[in-house]
Amino acid sequence: MHELSIAVNIVEMIEDNAEKEKAHNVDKFEIDVGILSGVVIDALEFALEEAVKNSVCSKAVWKINKIEAKAKCRKCGHVYIVDDYFSPCPKCTGFGKEILQGKEIQLKSITVE
Amino acid sequence: MCESCGCGQPDENVTFRKPGEKEEHTHSHGGVTHSHIHGDHDHDHNHSESREIVIEQNILQKNDLLAERNRGYFEAKNIFAVNLVSSPGSGKTSLLEKTIRILKDKCTLNIIEGDQQTMLDANRIEKAGAPVIQINTGAGCHLDAGMINKAAKSLEIKDNSILLIENVGNLVCPAMFDLGESKRVVIVSVTEGEDKPIKYPDMFQSSDICVINKTDLLPYVDFDVEKFREYACQVNPDLKFFELSAKTEKGMEQWIRWLQEKD
Ligand SMILES: [Zn+2]
Repeated sequence: MHELSIAVNIVEMIEDNAEKEKAHNVDKFEIDVGILSGVVIDALEFALEEAVKNSVCSKAVWKINKIEAKAKCRKCGHVYIVDDYFSPCPKCTGFGKEILQGKEIQLKSITVE
Repeated sequence: MCESCGCGQPDENVTFRKPGEKEEHTHSHGGVTHSHIHGDHDHDHNHSESREIVIEQNILQKNDLLAERNRGYFEAKNIFAVNLVSSPGSGKTSLLEKTIRILKDKCTLNIIEGDQQTMLDANRIEKAGAPVIQINTGAGCHLDAGMINKAAKSLEIKDNSILLIENVGNLVCPAMFDLGESKRVVIVSVTEGEDKPIKYPDMFQSSDICVINKTDLLPYVDFDVEKFREYACQVNPDLKFFELSAKTEKGMEQWIRWLQEKD
């Protein structure tokens, strides 16, 4: 369950940033999770419930944005939307691809007061 | 809470031990204390006014930065660091034992053993004849760059050597955590399903090498090597394969040569 590690990391990152802003409370935070990041969003939701306890964001609401994945075909250069690593290029049917987007897990923003 | 590597594993559960050493309570990461925000009543602020702050920071950045430091350290010392990942039961420890027995007189080897609880694997490795340190991750399901940093220093690895890192047996979590390794090797055995690459694409996508182990059992199992390779190449067309049996040593020489050539 690496989602717990991820959730703890998110809360730490929020605390660091809230401290920088001299904020006492975080009302809201947003996370971007790429569909190829290896993070299961339901598991992350569950882990966050635990991780936010006794933190600066214990009362925060959060939003997880699912980021779609884009790949560039290594054979023909075509850029296309992918749902997984193993789908071929719709143009030339090549499998080799460079993932341009969709592997990220990032803290997008926090709303403080 | 783990601050230095950013993995978020509770570090009081992670222990480092060499065979023969008594279990002692060592923290895996520097004793950095976590600071919480306390009320600062000296200046005014309006509690009702909220503002949005854009952060856009990679959540794994602490691990990734430490991994890059490890990579630089390994490169500077010409240490070939190999991260071995697999499901439980792939025969990874046996492959490691055989590899050590064949290679130990030809080059300098060091081993880092990741395991959630036991010292069993480290004891087997030490018997095979290589310096080893065991990292018990406790509840943690993967090794991270901070643990490797500490373990590598503790092993006092010599220049121009090979470091084999046996990750925790799991094809999901270790895929996300860069250790700073030179190469990542995924090991599967023919007793597993051919569809492993499709089921665990992250691991196959992030690996450089795939070892197909226990090929001596091929006559007795329903494992289509060609089909497996086809699936794996759909996920990662650059993947290089070694088919071998650690038990009979058939196919071992190519694997050993690859390690020696450090490519
Ligand atoms: Zn194409």
